[in-house]
Amino acid sequence: MARNERDAATAAPDAFSGGNKRDTPPFEVTAKVALADNQLRRNLGKATQAIRDKREAAAGEMPDWEELREAGSAIKTRVMRHLDEYLVQLEDSVRRAGGTVHWARDAEEANGIVAGIARENIGEEGTREVVKVKSIATDEIKLNEHLEKEGIHAAETDLAELIIQLAGEGSSHILVPAIHKNRAEIRELFMRELGLGDLSDEPEVLAEAARIYLRRKFLSAKVGVSGANFAVAETGTVCVVESEGNGRMCTTLPDTLVTVMGIEKIIPEWRDFEVFMQTLPRSSTAERMNPYTSFWTGVSEDDGPREFHLVLLDNGRTEVLADEIGRQSLNCIRCSACLNSCPVYDRVGGHAYNSVYPGPIGAILTPQLAGIGSSPGADSLPYASSLCGACYEVCPVKINIPEVLIHLRGKVVRNKQDNGGAKAKLDPENVAMQTLAKTFSDPRLYEASQRAALVGQWPLARSGAIHSLPGRLAGWTSARDLAPVPEQSFRRWWREERGGAER
Amino acid sequence: MNAREEILSRIRRATDDVPQGERPGDVAVERGYRHADGSSREEIISRFAETVAEYRATVHRVDGDELPEAIAEALARRGVQRLAVPADLPSDWLPDGIEALRDAADSPLSKESLDGSDGVLTGCALGIAQTGTIVLDAGALQGRRVLTLLPDYHLCVVRGDQVHGLVPEAITALGEVVRDTGRAVTFISGPSATSDIELERVEGVHGPRTLEVLIAG
Amino acid sequence: MRVGLFITCFNDTLFPGTGRATVEVLERLGVEVDFPFEQTCCGQMHFNTGYQREAIPLVKRFVDVFSGYEAVVAPSGSCVGMVRELYGRAAELAGDRGLALRVAELQPKVYELSEFLVDRLGVTDVGAYYPHRVTYHPTCHSLRMLGVGGKPKRLLDNVRGIELVDLPQAEECCGFGGTFAVKNADTSTAMLSDKMQHIKSTKAEVVTAGDNSCLMHIGGGLARGRSGVEAVHLAEILAAGSGERGSS
Repeated sequence: MARNERDAATAAPDAFSGGNKRDTPPFEVTAKVALADNQLRRNLGKATQAIRDKREAAAGEMPDWEELREAGSAIKTRVMRHLDEYLVQLEDSVRRAGGTVHWARDAEEANGIVAGIARENIGEEGTREVVKVKSIATDEIKLNEHLEKEGIHAAETDLAELIIQLAGEGSSHILVPAIHKNRAEIRELFMRELGLGDLSDEPEVLAEAARIYLRRKFLSAKVGVSGANFAVAETGTVCVVESEGNGRMCTTLPDTLVTVMGIEKIIPEWRDFEVFMQTLPRSSTAERMNPYTSFWTGVSEDDGPREFHLVLLDNGRTEVLADEIGRQSLNCIRCSACLNSCPVYDRVGGHAYNSVYPGPIGAILTPQLAGIGSSPGADSLPYASSLCGACYEVCPVKINIPEVLIHLRGKVVRNKQDNGGAKAKLDPENVAMQTLAKTFSDPRLYEASQRAALVGQWPLARSGAIHSLPGRLAGWTSARDLAPVPEQSFRRWWREERGGAER
Repeated sequence: MNAREEILSRIRRATDDVPQGERPGDVAVERGYRHADGSSREEIISRFAETVAEYRATVHRVDGDELPEAIAEALARRGVQRLAVPADLPSDWLPDGIEALRDAADSPLSKESLDGSDGVLTGCALGIAQTGTIVLDAGALQGRRVLTLLPDYHLCVVRGDQVHGLVPEAITALGEVVRDTGRAVTFISGPSATSDIELERVEGVHGPRTLEVLIAG
Repeated sequence: MRVGLFITCFNDTLFPGTGRATVEVLERLGVEVDFPFEQTCCGQMHFNTGYQREAIPLVKRFVDVFSGYEAVVAPSGSCVGMVRELYGRAAELAGDRGLALRVAELQPKVYELSEFLVDRLGVTDVGAYYPHRVTYHPTCHSLRMLGVGGKPKRLLDNVRGIELVDLPQAEECCGFGGTFAVKNADTSTAMLSDKMQHIKSTKAEVVTAGDNSCLMHIGGGLARGRSGVEAVHLAEILAAGSGERGSS
């Protein structure tokens, strides 16, 4: 497929675009574009297969893996049921440790807070720039675009984030945002965008180029911006889990640090790290432990930033919390094991989900955060799954993703039926489902329709198989034959062989 | 209503299914996972040496009294001339002929001088055998976080009795530091690494690209 | 023992041979099989597609029809999964306490065929003879919802004449997923093409599974590609042959 087509797909509006949300296209439309990209399929398939096998080994060497999953799930359940109390406790702890806490109802409010802090602390001389460590919450609120409008450049410092920032694309994976790109594509990008001479495509060489480019930024930055993996209500400690060391740089070197965190990232006690520091690394990068984890509690004298700001972000999370079944989506610790295990993600990649949250977790989180009925894209996501359950099996906090998907499908249909007017009633799928429901409610009608199907298929069945179906069912026969309906249903056989009530 | 009050009231509305009298502690959390490693000290230390090495960090085990010699050898192998060290590093850990850049409270090292150094030598707060992790807490023999961040080479001394078996044991030990002093804690497991390009692991992007560990005693 | 056979609407209409095979195997093992004519559909398609209000009468019907049996057996992991894992939620949605109680009572009595044979009857050799090279695809709902584990394989292992070969990446979904196969036909096809590649790599003559829905999808793809590999339900393999059980 042509390069510009793929670029168009990767730059498609996402579920959090704001403004005209109707623009977000349905999953099946963007998935079709992604499926046609053979390079993408190869890049992805190779990567996810490797990480799946590694994760299985990393979890497999833990005799108490199930107990850890159970505990992680219970801790998060406790948090969600008492989120108000824990947030107030966290606020108090952070303040006592010398930090400042801000509350943001939505993206706009959060962006305004961060921009204000940045403006105040960057100073007038030098580059108007903040250094950023990879954070999905700030992607969700589109902080970089907002800062850019204020004349402040947000320099992404994670290698993958740098790659997609240079490419002008969105993330396609929670953990490895540039998983859709191979080394040759990255080499070309670096040579073009960083103005470097000839580079080889060895990952070591490419990483070295990024190191040199970003080191200068780290040394001069006045303001760092991060997300948070966890924040402890008891102590006010904030935690960032990473691999490259750019997180340590951003949270240690600048004088001012701003952390934007979704309100659901809170954990009750320091002790709870016993659980999450075991399950998160093994589930995400499939290592026993990730290279670097930083824990900071407010500000420390002479060590690290002199100012620390924590922004607590709602932006739809309380809506998710209000749904008793959907609530468990907030337990997510962003490990990405569900993406790597998902056969759908594996084929279509992250961009098809039109959201900063791709894969199975995105399929349940995005429509809830953006709102059911907010766009065709959001409503299509609960259907972006074959319900195979592989995601639930690997989830380190036991989010029953298939259960939530099915629940959200119910909400999508009920919303259309109840608020969609006559058009929704006449929708072919709705009509078919209503007819089938009636048919199944009455065994006589059901048997009659079995006979009707037998007659109805005559024009379709040729030489023992059906090769093409009409209308919406055509998707089936695009790649699959269909065996015709047999002459004798099971119940007719039973009746003829063994007797039974005649209809 | 300000943002704080509004978010809190949204949360209260969203969780109105939770019974009025329920306290956070009423939501059961079964901690049925392992809390302590029953292995012998020697087994725990050897496991630590193995798990650290698996991250492609260099690991040496030395007797306590051989430590200065082992440090000198490691620094010589690496060709270190200018070595950043925390203020309280024992002077017998410093080999002759090395320029020590001491990070003292009254004259802290600048970012630039750290960036220009050949490496850093520190102790640690503790080690975790299960995961091959070294933990720094800005306590004795460690200094500020920036010390182990900018130099490209980190030589770290871990005493045998500092090695814990499992993650929960380490978290318990660190709880006191966090609660009592509020000092920052850093977990280090191998050198800086990235798997961002085709999920192929590359050592060192931003943090120290070489980690060398001396397990003493 | 007298069991209620839940044939499933899918098998009843499209794969009656699987139903006949299920009866054959059960009766061979001395089980008395009853087929209640009032049964229609478990409601899975409606429920999983989001038409949950529409599924509630079907749930009620199922409970009415099958509550009186000591055990209920179905040759479909996915329909049994619906009853065992989602009926509680359906009753909750209906706001019907009485239904919820009846569902809870019925659920543990509903078995997928291989579970019933191995767990309830304690049989792993059903006396089948099937001289073919066969590979087994564990369907997602049998595997992850019901946790049937190695039961189907143990039954297949004891089939005489069979040459059982492992399927690479066996636990990966085939891409069927009910209405997913139609709504997301392109993604479904991409998953199917990988599954078929793995099946063909085994050089098996037959691919088998515990669900005709997945098999219709896999078999439809294999037929379209003129692959020469046939999709056959587990029950039909177990019903093949004389019924004489081995002495080993």
